[in-house]
Amino acid sequence: MLAALAGFVDELRAAGMPVSLTEHLDAAQALTHVPLDDRGAFRAALATTLVKQAAHRATFDAVFGVWFSLGRATVLGDGGSGDDLVASGASPDDDGAGGDDLAARLDAALASGDPALLAEVARLAVALHADLRADRRLGAGSYERYRTLRQLDLDGALARLRGRPQFGGDDALDPLETRLAREELEVRAARLREEIEAEIRRRLVAERGAASVAQALRRPLPADVELMHASRDELAQLRRSLAPLATALAARLARRRRHRRRGHLDMRATVRHSLGSGGVPVEPRFRRPHLAKPEIWVVADVSGSVAAFARFTLALVHAMSGQFSAVRSFVFVDGVDEVTRCFEGAVDLDTAVRRINAEADVVAAEGHSDYGAALEAFWARYGADVGPRTTVVLLGDARSNYHPARPWVMAELSRAARHVHWLNPEPRAYWDSGDSVIGDYAPYCDGVHECRNLRQLGRFVEAVA
Amino acid sequence: MSDGFDDIGAVGAGLAATGYLADDAIATAVYLAQALRKPVLVEGPAGTGKTELAKSVAAMTGARLIRLQCYEGLDESRALYEWDYRKQLLRIQAGQREQDGSSPGAGDQGWDGVEDDLFSERFLLTRPLLEAIRAPDPVVLLVDEVDRLEVETEALLLEVLSDYQVSIPELGTVAATRIPLVVLTSNNTRELSEALKRRCLYLPLDYPDVERERAIVMAKVPDVSERLAEQVARVVRSLRALDLQKPPSVSETLDWARTLVLLSIDHVDVERACHTLPLLLKHRGDLAKATKSLTVSGID
Repeated sequence: MLAALAGFVDELRAAGMPVSLTEHLDAAQALTHVPLDDRGAFRAALATTLVKQAAHRATFDAVFGVWFSLGRATVLGDGGSGDDLVASGASPDDDGAGGDDLAARLDAALASGDPALLAEVARLAVALHADLRADRRLGAGSYERYRTLRQLDLDGALARLRGRPQFGGDDALDPLETRLAREELEVRAARLREEIEAEIRRRLVAERGAASVAQALRRPLPADVELMHASRDELAQLRRSLAPLATALAARLARRRRHRRRGHLDMRATVRHSLGSGGVPVEPRFRRPHLAKPEIWVVADVSGSVAAFARFTLALVHAMSGQFSAVRSFVFVDGVDEVTRCFEGAVDLDTAVRRINAEADVVAAEGHSDYGAALEAFWARYGADVGPRTTVVLLGDARSNYHPARPWVMAELSRAARHVHWLNPEPRAYWDSGDSVIGDYAPYCDGVHECRNLRQLGRFVEAVA
Repeated sequence: MSDGFDDIGAVGAGLAATGYLADDAIATAVYLAQALRKPVLVEGPAGTGKTELAKSVAAMTGARLIRLQCYEGLDESRALYEWDYRKQLLRIQAGQREQDGSSPGAGDQGWDGVEDDLFSERFLLTRPLLEAIRAPDPVVLLVDEVDRLEVETEALLLEVLSDYQVSIPELGTVAATRIPLVVLTSNNTRELSEALKRRCLYLPLDYPDVERERAIVMAKVPDVSERLAEQVARVVRSLRALDLQKPPSVSETLDWARTLVLLSIDHVDVERACHTLPLLLKHRGDLAKATKSLTVSGID
């Protein structure tokens, strides 16, 4: 058991989670207190001792599923009611009796929502359709998952069920009930998908061993996902973690400002407070210091390659607008436009992005990034407003498609502004390769920062405010 | 706590008896806290029953609940202990008066006596942390909203949390007579320090799933029908999926369920839901969004 735990902890560390020795020891000790045959308690005991950040929970769950999966797979294999179905030789892809029976079971499981039935369907579906034997590549099971779901025709089943009166078909329910019933259906479908994924992993582990599957499954933690190359799921996840990040950063900044220096001695309050100790001023009282908040301008390249990164940065800065005396944002491709208004009253990132896409006029000539032209236009139109309290943050990979860089604009800008920072979402190793002109601009910036993920972005915003 | 729980199931049952419905993770964390003598750090959005958990654990074990409400600027003298300097001043003044009457030469003797006296337990004001350590009876220590502390002040907690002792320079080290069960709560407004987290068991609390929320409604709201509880739980889940500024919390769900019972509504439809939404959502933008979503989805 201890060896298994050590392997598990190693895998968590390999996945990027910081697990300390103390935590490892705690986990080992905790395991002596929980019954090992109670999987829920076993998992909870490991989670509560090893995972110390909510964001790491998904990683933990994935690794746990792989590492401690064998026990459950053998238990399940002990003659479930559907084994005959698999054993009866219904060959994969054969839409014969096996498929029909499975479809009926799927409908029943989804209609009842019984977790045991859903798990059963997942198991059968994987056995019939996943075609694991034919496929011995070192994948993480995503192909098998896709294959199973396609063969199972889950969407078709959902459509069938939506037609039933129980789920609001034939107007049997009032609108709210229909909505709720259908959401419940979606939740059950999501659960089935998870079960299928878990079942595939169990089978992969049985075949290849936990270490190999865990390695194939390794995903970066949300804060380490590369913004430039994030998949759609990852972007959605990042979007969810953006608001908490903004809150946390804002709280930390507000706290830091308040405590950075104490204000002047407040004689009146000190004397008043000293009355409690017989007129002896034991505790001096201080006035709150006046806060000096910077004004921040974000100038972002929104051409295809770096658009996601620009959106996240704009959203983060605007979500924290309380921490700055003013926030103005500009977007450019080869022309430039101010988009501050798009964030006013916008409740979420999507609305703001939609408004930017609809309203901003960023293409002047051909629609490919031209940093020189865009910066010159920016300076001509808004340069007069840049003052000694303005911090300008430029976002982009500085890939100018071999247009002239015109670094004199940056020189002017850095003379007028308080600070100029450049955030580059590319890995540092790629800078100044090909059409990147970051080296031409760097001398005029107070800092050029590599900013590939939310962690680096958060660190930068905290430092600049 | 010497009178510990037998197993995880007993914790779950005990908490249920006090009206707190614990899932696997909660029961395991509470059980391990007692078995490993480690504090539990409960983290999650407001209104998910973090503070309630500590109260329920106290009620279950019959222990006294000692609460330290954290806030910015909380310091040693509010969290650990403080010398009652007003009383000390009075003591010195009283000593001087006695001395004026007595013969000179007795002064030195008098000062030693006064000094020993001044820093004795008579002049010690115990604050929650010290009180929890020194309590002869079983206690549950609740350190509420620990994320409001500054990072430097967090260090105050470390000695208490890992060694269950408090060092007072004038008195020496006060070790716990019996180890209290410690629950820390955090709203996650900032990342707590590694040092603190390492010493704790970590229990993230999120909004409950539909089944558990329905059970909570059934347990906490008298006279609610099973059907209404189910519907309430599902509407709330539906709202939480909407990407709101502040999704409805469990306590708001309970408020809503109570209101529906009070209005003798036994079946929620779109109109009734929209009229009572302000109980669940406390932001104007959220209200507008939810109302729109509920009415629009009703049409198609």
